[in-house]
Amino acid sequence: MNYLLVDAIADMREQEALAAVQELLVSGTDPMTVLALCRDAMTIVGERFESGEYFLPELVLAGEMLSQIADIVKPRIQSDATTEGLQSPKVLLGTVQGDLHDIGKNIVGFMLDVNGIDVHDLGVDVPVERFVEAIEKEKPDVVGLSGFLTVAFEAMKETVEAIEKAGLRNQVKIMIGGGMVDEHIRAYTGADAYGRDAMAAVSLVEKWSGKD
Amino acid sequence: MDITPEQLYQERMKRVEDAIQLRVPDRVPFFLFSGYLPCRYVGMPLQQAHYDSAKYFAACKKLTVDLAPDLYFNAGSPVKTAGAALDALGMKQIRWPGHGIPANSPFQFVEDEYLRADEVDAFLEDPSDFTVRSYLPRVYGALESFSMLPPLNWMMMGYITTGLAAAITIPAVAEALEALAAAGREAAAWAAGEAALDQELAALGFPVLAGSGTFAPMDFVGIIRSSKGMMLDMYRQPDKLLALIDKLLPTTIDTALALAEMSHNPRVFMAINRGADGLMSLQQFEKFYWPGFKQVVLAVVDAGLTPVIHFQGCFDTRLEYFTEFPRGKVIGLFDRTDIFRAKEIVGDTMCIAGNMPLTLLRAGTPEEIKDYARRLINIVGKDGGFIMSSNTVLDDADPERVRIWMDFTREYGVYR
Repeated sequence: MNYLLVDAIADMREQEALAAVQELLVSGTDPMTVLALCRDAMTIVGERFESGEYFLPELVLAGEMLSQIADIVKPRIQSDATTEGLQSPKVLLGTVQGDLHDIGKNIVGFMLDVNGIDVHDLGVDVPVERFVEAIEKEKPDVVGLSGFLTVAFEAMKETVEAIEKAGLRNQVKIMIGGGMVDEHIRAYTGADAYGRDAMAAVSLVEKWSGKD
Repeated sequence: MDITPEQLYQERMKRVEDAIQLRVPDRVPFFLFSGYLPCRYVGMPLQQAHYDSAKYFAACKKLTVDLAPDLYFNAGSPVKTAGAALDALGMKQIRWPGHGIPANSPFQFVEDEYLRADEVDAFLEDPSDFTVRSYLPRVYGALESFSMLPPLNWMMMGYITTGLAAAITIPAVAEALEALAAAGREAAAWAAGEAALDQELAALGFPVLAGSGTFAPMDFVGIIRSSKGMMLDMYRQPDKLLALIDKLLPTTIDTALALAEMSHNPRVFMAINRGADGLMSLQQFEKFYWPGFKQVVLAVVDAGLTPVIHFQGCFDTRLEYFTEFPRGKVIGLFDRTDIFRAKEIVGDTMCIAGNMPLTLLRAGTPEEIKDYARRLINIVGKDGGFIMSSNTVLDDADPERVRIWMDFTREYGVYR
């Protein structure tokens, strides 16, 4: 049954995956084990995405399956259950002000997550102040600024400047990404690095947190 | 002897036509894919494009006359229109400068499941009724009350007084109709201004890119179902997704042909995006995206028109499919596709354009800009069939860098 769940998720068989979760719970499997199996499955999905076997539709469906499973499983988890990943690096992610595009950001969030990185996603059109507030509150290791439009370049630059101004610049590494971002734009915005794709973001975070 | 604007117009059209038909023109034609660049050029906030159309159209004219491209981009579109029209309707499907996004941000689409997964059958059954009574109320806040209208096919009986006419007297519906009329007046005024601009520029010797536009059916699905909904449909209800594509296909063709006839401009603009590399697998592209896309392109070409296809994102793995397009009838305007490889694969099929990176036109040095343009002209421009243009709309480009690029192209792009 364990493998059945992992395979069903990894192979995009949604109905079978949900049925497998129900069966596991009915047969008395620890809900935390079910979530761990989901994580294993998501790792496979991430690997298949990376190898070019899977594309965005599979990440979207995998995300949908995971959130449905979480809805079933979470009410059964005791609140004192320890959370895993205390040691994992934390990334604050968001699409900068004035830009509503979320596809790229969501892929990055997904890939960071399946690689064991703690992701706090602020959503799209995130004002400069919200990044600053969230850095103060969440104390992330890395801030990821996403933007698809060219207006995002200006907003990225302003966000980096605001982080600097708030005296937080030396506490975080800043990476940027999105459709047209390149080295010119990295230099323009004052970010530490840019990434061409989601795996580049994972590598950057791992490099900065000394994991690789 | 001075050359007349009329001759200049013919010269530019010949240059463009030569490139479309894969011949060698006198020099590399230039398409200025301007977007909101006219605003940057004269220093007005983007918001004003929507709210002071006279000033905006004047800026469009100035940019075109000053930079003198062979083709200029249309000043408006169904969504780049009078802000007052969008305001009157309470438009939710897009945000425009100063409305939900900063005054200097270009308009953007708001994705949502305007047609929900469990409503696809109802849509397929009667698309017009669904559009009026369910879709419009979701997209336009001011038209919410259209959901109170009776089913449109009740009118088939002819006795409309008991159904439609009575429903129209409901105050909320009456208000919605007034909002619609108000928006229509604003949109018509905008359209008249845009038509005057095009006439004025034509008289000065400048042709406009397109007279109509359409979609690949799958992009149409993405707009009404949302990209996410569309992707989930591939797994959860693939047959319904295919039925939806089939249902939308005639609309995508008919509107393009009708608008082209009204505008007397043979070029049909298509923005292609949801079929790009990364957004779906090649198998999914082949099953869901390509058949409908191909049919639209073939139908537009069959009608004697020229599709101008903006391949948004990267289409490296799809290029071989495009060799199925008829030779010398299509402009492929590429974004991040490897344009040098595109020349090899589809250079004998379609006129290739685009790819000059906006990032260079925003932050590159003059030398970097010229180097890139030189490579494009030498490699992609070899033996004609090439139009110089940018990878995307120049919303945020630096006008001075654009000028450097254009001057270089005019000078270096002469075929000898």
